[in-house]
Amino acid sequence: MVDNGIGASVLRKEDNRFLTGKGNYTDDVNVLGQTHAYFIRSPHAHATIDRIDVSAASASEGVIAVFTGDDLEKDGIGPLICGVNVTSDDGEPHRAPLHPALAQGKVNYVGDHIAVVIAETLAQAKDAAEKVEIDYGVLPAIADTATAADNGQQQIHDVAPGNTCYNWPFGDKSAVEEAFETAHKISTLELVNNRMVTNPMEPRAALGDYNSGTEEITLHVTTQNPHVHRLVLSAFNQLAPEHKLRVVGPDVGGGFGVKIFVYAEELVVGWACRKVNRPVKWTSDRTEAFMSDAHGRDHVAFAEMAMDERGKFLAMRVNTTANLGAYLSTFSTMVPSYLYAFLLAGQYSTPLIYSEVKAVFTNTAPVDAARGAGRPEATYLLERLVDVCAEDIGLDPAEIRRRNFIPVDAFPYQTPVVQCYDSGDYPAALEKALSLADYDGFSERAKEAKSRGKRRGIGLSSYVEACGIAPSAAVGQLGAGVGLWESAQVRFNPTGNVQVFTGTHSHGQGHETTFAQLITEQLGVPLENIEVIHGDTAKTQFGMGTYGSRSLAVGGVAIAKACEKLIAKGKKIAAHALEAAEGDIEFEEGNFSVAGTDKSMNIAEVAFNAYVPHSYPEGLEPGFDENAFFDPLNFSFPAGTHVCEIEVDPETGEVEIVKYSAVDDFGKLINPMIVEGQVHGGIVHGVGQALLEGCQYDADGQLITASYMDYAMPRADNVPSFDVDYAPTNPPDNPLGVKGCGEAGAIGAPPAVINAITNALGIKHIDMPATPENVWRAAQSMG
Amino acid sequence: MVNVSMSVNGKSVTGEVEERTLLVQFLRENLRLTGTHIGCDTSQCGACVVHVDGVSVKSCTMLAVQANSTEVTTIEGLAANGDLHPMQQAFKDNHGLQCGFCTPGMVMSAIDIVNRNGNDLDETTVRKELEGNICRCTGYHNIVKSIQAGAKSMGG
Ligand code: FES
Ligand code: FES
Repeated sequence: MVDNGIGASVLRKEDNRFLTGKGNYTDDVNVLGQTHAYFIRSPHAHATIDRIDVSAASASEGVIAVFTGDDLEKDGIGPLICGVNVTSDDGEPHRAPLHPALAQGKVNYVGDHIAVVIAETLAQAKDAAEKVEIDYGVLPAIADTATAADNGQQQIHDVAPGNTCYNWPFGDKSAVEEAFETAHKISTLELVNNRMVTNPMEPRAALGDYNSGTEEITLHVTTQNPHVHRLVLSAFNQLAPEHKLRVVGPDVGGGFGVKIFVYAEELVVGWACRKVNRPVKWTSDRTEAFMSDAHGRDHVAFAEMAMDERGKFLAMRVNTTANLGAYLSTFSTMVPSYLYAFLLAGQYSTPLIYSEVKAVFTNTAPVDAARGAGRPEATYLLERLVDVCAEDIGLDPAEIRRRNFIPVDAFPYQTPVVQCYDSGDYPAALEKALSLADYDGFSERAKEAKSRGKRRGIGLSSYVEACGIAPSAAVGQLGAGVGLWESAQVRFNPTGNVQVFTGTHSHGQGHETTFAQLITEQLGVPLENIEVIHGDTAKTQFGMGTYGSRSLAVGGVAIAKACEKLIAKGKKIAAHALEAAEGDIEFEEGNFSVAGTDKSMNIAEVAFNAYVPHSYPEGLEPGFDENAFFDPLNFSFPAGTHVCEIEVDPETGEVEIVKYSAVDDFGKLINPMIVEGQVHGGIVHGVGQALLEGCQYDADGQLITASYMDYAMPRADNVPSFDVDYAPTNPPDNPLGVKGCGEAGAIGAPPAVINAITNALGIKHIDMPATPENVWRAAQSMG
Repeated sequence: MVNVSMSVNGKSVTGEVEERTLLVQFLRENLRLTGTHIGCDTSQCGACVVHVDGVSVKSCTMLAVQANSTEVTTIEGLAANGDLHPMQQAFKDNHGLQCGFCTPGMVMSAIDIVNRNGNDLDETTVRKELEGNICRCTGYHNIVKSIQAGAKSMGG
């Protein structure tokens, strides 16, 4: 066995630079002569712009230029696009309103971009922004998800009557209806999935730098997918031809989805640096982030489950309204459709599912993918509904899950909602989680808590998600404008060390370590001789980036394939050097050897031979540098059961999580330490949604939660430490046997927490966030 | 414009800044010490924590002129001769960081927590003391472990 290979909890290679302040985040990059951009944003949720006068601002001290939407339009820049089609029930594509990077005549949400001031210093840009005169014609606004499509509502976009982007039915409606008619019992639940602001700790930023000599724009930007940024900015926004645009995403301080998308500020900065022929830098402050980062979630739904006498699920019906905000963000349309409805089967063998999704426009910030994207919404709805079913039919929540789990021998399992699950052992994860949580001992603990005036509750959540996004053919069929393969290049230098270029992007996941471990395992090169490089379109060949827990399941396989090519070539080189037949060469732990002899050479020597081919196989190309692309055959389907135990103080409504146990199936683990960290972080993200976080607009569309004073982020004393374990299965479609772990916690946690609260209070439902006030009210109403 | 002078990581520095310049801006923009981060505009996140005269301060809530004549230590000033400070080492050993953005502030706060509470820290104390630092990545589990371990090794 090699040291530091697959399965070793190797300390992270990237940590030293972060721990010593040597990280290189976008705002840390400074170039000579840089100017600063400040965006003027709409204070109104919905208004016409009747006049803009920038003359006083343009004359202000230090100002280089002030640009509006007209300037962009004149140069043919933009509009911003949404890259996934969803066909509405009338057979037409989803309604896609024009999304100019700087408003043209109308603003549609608080924070909408109107103009940009570029000045020598940020302070000067801000001072000048005060002098831009704008006359607004304020219009009525609509922010509420549930009623946005109602008759008589203020219309936001002419192209989207009824404020509706699409109506998207899926499944066999009449078969489901029939099953409901004859069912023994029907359980129902109405719920809200609260709007979240994703809040990576590093705010978004962009720095555009135009070189008039080479006519190339270099755009440093907070991105999870530099090549996707380049492709969209080039092919759809007309910023520059792809070969004249370099996108660099250096260290990125957290993404969670929100840095996938192409935003107005990035396009404007990229364009303006050429316009003023000076580098232009923009860094979001936190208030701007709350206003104009894409938000997440925001559904209202009604769900029904039909059951037989034993609590077996016969059919499920779901009606969902999803808020997409004022405009369509880059991948927004697919989130409440393909990433949501196709996961509604969960871990259960429910034979019939029918879903209707109505996606609506409102005068709020655009909504798009956020950690989990669609899957947390599906899981929350299903896992809450299952608990309601258990109560209605008189079964323990664990037992109703057992009765309905997809049996272990049924994999690969074709669900009624498109997805075919690769592998799973749901009962194993459940039982392991129950014993980790000491489920059987719960009633004793509840009794003891009661004696102290507290109410204890325990909640389960058995989730499944689709990761490793995604087979290109599958997403193409669904209407995606891109393929979702991944690429890698593994390059030996003549001196034997290795550079790995990956198309995925690390913004906290530890790729520099995990990917190096893959190389160590496969090629036997010591970890310290491997450098993983990502995040620069000028360095890596291409890549679709990091989201949907795809980096290892797709990008990791591309690396493994490049390694296989190196081994195959190395055998030829070694055979020649060792004067043996190629077929007799074996490769193990970094050594090529002739079978049955003690003749061997190290892979570093082979690399040297490949670059200094003085004596070399005839016809073989020199060099030891291979690349590979990998397009997955299927999604991967991580799954697990999380158990949350809480204590409610009925006097204050405060909820304390006293124990949280998670058992997940991520397939094979490359670096268990890193995986566990991803689980912790995901759980707290989910706990945040369940207990604390909620983005609020008032009835006029004013954003009420625009800072950390008003939007409660989970802090260290809101959460406990966690018990994490695994119940792995082997996904047959993935060559590395891995599944993906980055989103699991955020998916599993919200229903586990809320199920624990409803259990403690003996109530049917409480909406998220279950703040002390909401919980206190619920507790009081119970008497 | 005003002149400021202070000691930063043991070196004396001077600069001419606008009166409204925050200490964090002075560190990041004038001195190009970009390890100190800005994560919010309301003094809530702690990404900007540095030590001023040995005590932790959110450098986004202090004007550069207020730091005149003080001794400032930033994350860049912790590792001596290339060896990580015991708290930095503890964060590495316990996987107390992911994206690294909150990390400088976390480490600076952590050292201050130890200075005020000693080397034997229980979990509850650490969690309460971290109320001024937000991390979106780690879920705090490993940060708490790191600080407990770092506290021990700071004790020698
Ligand atoms: S930047 Fe200072 S507390 Fe957030
Ligand atoms: S490590 Fe990313 S915010 Fe803490």
